[in-house]
Amino acid sequence: MNSKSQTRPLWESRLVRQALADSLRKLTPRHQARNPVMFAVYVGSLLTTGLFFQALMGAGETPTGFVLAITLGLWFTVLFANFAEAMAEGRGKAQAASLRRGRETVQAKRLSEPRRDAPFAKIPGADLRIGDVVLVEAGATIPGDGEVIDGIASVNESAITGESAPVIRESGGDRSSVTGGTVVLSDWLVIRITANPGESFLDRMIHLVEGATRQKTPNEIALAILLATLTLVFLLVCVTLLPFSIYSVTASGAGRVASITVLVALFVCLAPTTIGGLLSAIGIAGMNRLIQANIIALSGRAVEAAGDVDVLLLDKTGTITLGNRQATEFIPVSDVQPVKLADAAQLASLADETPEGRSIVILAKEQFGLRGRNLHELGATFVPFAAQTRMSGVNLPNRQIRKGAADAIAAWVREMGGLFPDAVREAVDGISRQGGTPLVVAELGKVLGVIRLKDIVKGGIRERFAELRQMGIKTIMVTGDNPLTAASIAAEAGVDDFLAEAKPEDKLRLIRELQAGGRLVAMTGDGANDAPALAQADVAVAMNSGTQAAKEAGNMVDLDSNPTKLIEIVEIGKQLLMTRGALTTFSLANDMAKYFAIIPAAFAGTYPALQALNVMALTSPRSAILSAVIFNALIIVALIPLALRGVPYLKVSAAQLLRRNVLIYGLGGLVAPFVGIKAIDLLLTVLGWV
Amino acid sequence: MTQNGVLQIVLYGVALLALVKPLGAYMARVYLGQACGLDRVFGPLERQFYRLLGAQSQREMDWKTYAVAVMAFNILGIVALFLLQCAQGHLPFNPQQVGAVRADSALNTAISFVTNTNWQNYSGETTMSYLTQMLGMTVQNFLSAATGMAVLVALIRGIAGNRVTDLGNFWVDLTRTTLYILLPLSLILALVLVSQGVVQTFSPYADAHLISPVTDPSTGRVLHDQTLALGPAASQVAIKHLGANGGGFFNANASHPFENPNPITDFLLVLAQTVIAAALTYTFGRMVGDTRQGWTILAAMLIVLSTAIFASYAFESAGNSSLQAAGVDIAASNQQAGGNLEGKEQRFGIARSALFATTTTATSCGAVDSLHDSFTPLGGLIPTLLMQLSETILGGVGSGLYGMLAFVLLAVFIAGLMVGRTPEYLGKKIESFEMKMVALIVLLMPFIVLGATALALAIPAGTDSISNPGPHGLSQVLYAFSSMGNNNGSAFAGLNANTPFYNLLGAATMFVGRFGVILPVLAIAGSLAGKHRVPPGPGTLPTHTPLFVGLLIGTLLGIGALTFFPALALGPIAEFLQVSAGG
Repeated sequence: MNSKSQTRPLWESRLVRQALADSLRKLTPRHQARNPVMFAVYVGSLLTTGLFFQALMGAGETPTGFVLAITLGLWFTVLFANFAEAMAEGRGKAQAASLRRGRETVQAKRLSEPRRDAPFAKIPGADLRIGDVVLVEAGATIPGDGEVIDGIASVNESAITGESAPVIRESGGDRSSVTGGTVVLSDWLVIRITANPGESFLDRMIHLVEGATRQKTPNEIALAILLATLTLVFLLVCVTLLPFSIYSVTASGAGRVASITVLVALFVCLAPTTIGGLLSAIGIAGMNRLIQANIIALSGRAVEAAGDVDVLLLDKTGTITLGNRQATEFIPVSDVQPVKLADAAQLASLADETPEGRSIVILAKEQFGLRGRNLHELGATFVPFAAQTRMSGVNLPNRQIRKGAADAIAAWVREMGGLFPDAVREAVDGISRQGGTPLVVAELGKVLGVIRLKDIVKGGIRERFAELRQMGIKTIMVTGDNPLTAASIAAEAGVDDFLAEAKPEDKLRLIRELQAGGRLVAMTGDGANDAPALAQADVAVAMNSGTQAAKEAGNMVDLDSNPTKLIEIVEIGKQLLMTRGALTTFSLANDMAKYFAIIPAAFAGTYPALQALNVMALTSPRSAILSAVIFNALIIVALIPLALRGVPYLKVSAAQLLRRNVLIYGLGGLVAPFVGIKAIDLLLTVLGWV
Repeated sequence: MTQNGVLQIVLYGVALLALVKPLGAYMARVYLGQACGLDRVFGPLERQFYRLLGAQSQREMDWKTYAVAVMAFNILGIVALFLLQCAQGHLPFNPQQVGAVRADSALNTAISFVTNTNWQNYSGETTMSYLTQMLGMTVQNFLSAATGMAVLVALIRGIAGNRVTDLGNFWVDLTRTTLYILLPLSLILALVLVSQGVVQTFSPYADAHLISPVTDPSTGRVLHDQTLALGPAASQVAIKHLGANGGGFFNANASHPFENPNPITDFLLVLAQTVIAAALTYTFGRMVGDTRQGWTILAAMLIVLSTAIFASYAFESAGNSSLQAAGVDIAASNQQAGGNLEGKEQRFGIARSALFATTTTATSCGAVDSLHDSFTPLGGLIPTLLMQLSETILGGVGSGLYGMLAFVLLAVFIAGLMVGRTPEYLGKKIESFEMKMVALIVLLMPFIVLGATALALAIPAGTDSISNPGPHGLSQVLYAFSSMGNNNGSAFAGLNANTPFYNLLGAATMFVGRFGVILPVLAIAGSLAGKHRVPPGPGTLPTHTPLFVGLLIGTLLGIGALTFFPALALGPIAEFLQVSAGG
């Protein structure tokens, strides 16, 4: 796509160093308290640290070395979780920083009045406030997000989009919005600043990836509740084990009461630390993937909602079809030579600079070898398209040629006393039905024939819609075309439904209807008239090239202004939820093996028969408990790449996806720790540490 | 295991499955307010009843109003039953002249019967008058069952509704459940039971002259006569099983020949204690408009149940390995039943006893036809574990399914995330409020069961009641609080629980275990009712597939096993390993 969407290496050394430092910095109780699961581990670590000092002073319940080893294991669990979060934050910040690089040092020319020739003062770009008006001339960098209020200029936006071709920005219309950090190449612009320093879209995005200000998303909150509950359950399990153990030792008269160190170790192993430690990293990484795709999300909620979207509203033009229609066929009336129609059509289009006009000239050249002629030599005058006549054409010394919509030409021909043949009417209807746009050509009261203009459906779009259907997402095409044309294009592109002859308020109404039916709707838009619909949609992606109003109304901005990006956004949203679900399942499935490691180790002294539960044949009770603690800490590090990259999303049905993930993360989670704990135990035994 | 035994279990399974659809469909009609066939008989009575309650009685309730009604009604029931026991000495229908019940025991019993637990620390013959049995126990058997079913129906309406606030009316649900479901079924069952020899009489206890006199080992006195306890038993026994209550008329419960005289009544009682809970899954499917959803839940329940039944049967058939090691022949043959017959009735044998023990603990019934304390360690672990699954395998009438639905939401939540969507069940999004309530339910069981067990094991007031030392002692206490916390009511026996400590702690455990689930369930119902019901699409997680059945079982066993594994390891598992190691 472009240079920025390349993924950065996972373990970039500068980021790792920064993250290592940050993971120590995150050890404050204040920071830990944000995550109940890790806070419990944190308290457990403090407790065993206390027990270690008690043991040092000779009053320990278990050997000092063992308490130290467990204590270290627990602290590393906390540190690894911090590290995961710091890594995700670091990557996010690095990405965001590269987006806004160079903006701080820009000098701005602040105008005293919103006119180009008003006196200005040079101030640092960082001092600009909402409402300030600045002048930016060729070669200068635009100092902040804003709206063009005067002028027209070509702007290089590669700093944010990576796209080197310049774009036109002008006042009024749908191309009036500019982004800070982009460069004016030619001419000048007068811009009204629309964001205070630190509040631009990029700044808001950077806040979202930073742990300090990151708001938890609804799903994350629900999951956090579940994880906190499980932590409490395991806390209860371990706390009540103390009286159970005391009773058992008294009743059997053998063994020793399980030590606090062992019970804390058991608790930390059982608590869902794997998902708990990686939860915030997963959320931040989701945001990062969006930035990689050149999308700025203005709320985490929107990213999550993207995964739930079940209806996509897509504008036909630019999204489903190429922006321009092309002439593909000349259909003359029966008594007219095809070449005569082509010739007339070409003459009428020579001065027509619209893409449609140009395509007619080209088609005439390709089919009949007709070359473009110089209108001046012919003594011709061009009649431009006017909203009143809805025709364009050319006047030659003794000829008048017009092309236009069927009813406009019909009116013109009748006015001249001519006829509008039924055959033409039929041809016009036929083209409409097949998804084309008919353009009728007439000369002085006589209809010559019809040109077929066709929408060109983008390559590969049909396959993308098929994928979306597999994911359970319905696509609706929105177009201003008549229902016949719309139906035909809808069939060709493979969308599920369409809204024809759509006005902006129709779009809004459609969204409301879908939402009333319980659907979550996503759409893209750029124009000011899209703003109400964008504000209503659950996921609203505004094009960066669009108007300020659209960008304010949406909850994401696509820097590339690519309407099909919506599909990627949906995938990123789904991936975010899947990663959380998969790691939760994995984390819980792990507990079974940990029980088999720790329970016999802790209680075989009391009931020797419980040694039968030591199915992994771990060397000694201490090595068993230590191995479980070490595994529990290391698995967090081992899963950081998965948390940052996300669980791969396949475009298959929910049932298939579930089966796959249950198999990998559920069954895998059940088996993996048996292997891991045994391996660590073997290693500890070989090293002679236990 | 014998062919005959397996056949009896299979016969039960077939009979149960055959009843699910007709009874489930009938109950759906009752709750949807449709004609159900008995309207002509009970309709006038029903209308008369509403007239008595006043105009407010049929108004729709939101979840809070519904919850207030449930709580008010049940607390009133506790007070009434408590007072009745205290005053029974001065009231009629008391041929044996029994006096007031001790206060702590009366409170325990009152809460026990109102919460559908029917934990009994008294023996009916010597403690309760006929009036208390009929007006107190039997009435609460009906009302506690009806309360559970009403709460379930409120939850179902919450799931099925689309952006509504009302969940129905508690008084209407209570009345219709009792009149159209519990009363007719009890009437039929009671008549069949009487035909088989279950007693139903107001006459005082009978004296029988012994053919061969026996010597009382404690006093050395030679006894020539025996007192046979009687009473209006059949009517109470019928609802005790149908309503999954389980409180026996006599102390020996369903092992007493006057409550459960022969294998036919035993078959009917096992069927009765499971049939409403099983059929309610179909009612659920009907009411949410997709019967596959009901069958899915029933499938998950029955897979766990049948595994438990056959496992328990296998462990009991295998008997005690120490006996085998000592050269005793404990194999089943034409001459002997073999296996572990300790604490089992000869007329029921091992298969029926295992079937009864498993179904009575899987449902919240808790009636017993054998002594669970005498089961082999693993045979006894199964009933304990079934109760610790929060009584969701069929479970209590109503309460089993609403408890199961809480676990369904949990399974849907985790599975839903794994397919990349905000989890939804039957078109309702599961968000943080629902998760909070599910969390309360999940947290409640370890809190009350493990907490109370730990407390009892930590202080002499608790440990003094234990009759066996070692891991079996821990099993006894764990079983008792698992039973009370989950409102099952069956007793392991062996534990002397009629002490102020166990009575009061038990009463608290039963109360919290019942209403600590009902309130979050109603809150979930209220929250779900207000949501959009999103029509399913290909991206929706299907909740009617075998995979989902597996996931649901996995979640249920996962939570249950992870919570109780350490406690079980120090109780029945340690005991089993000791026995099999020859200890």
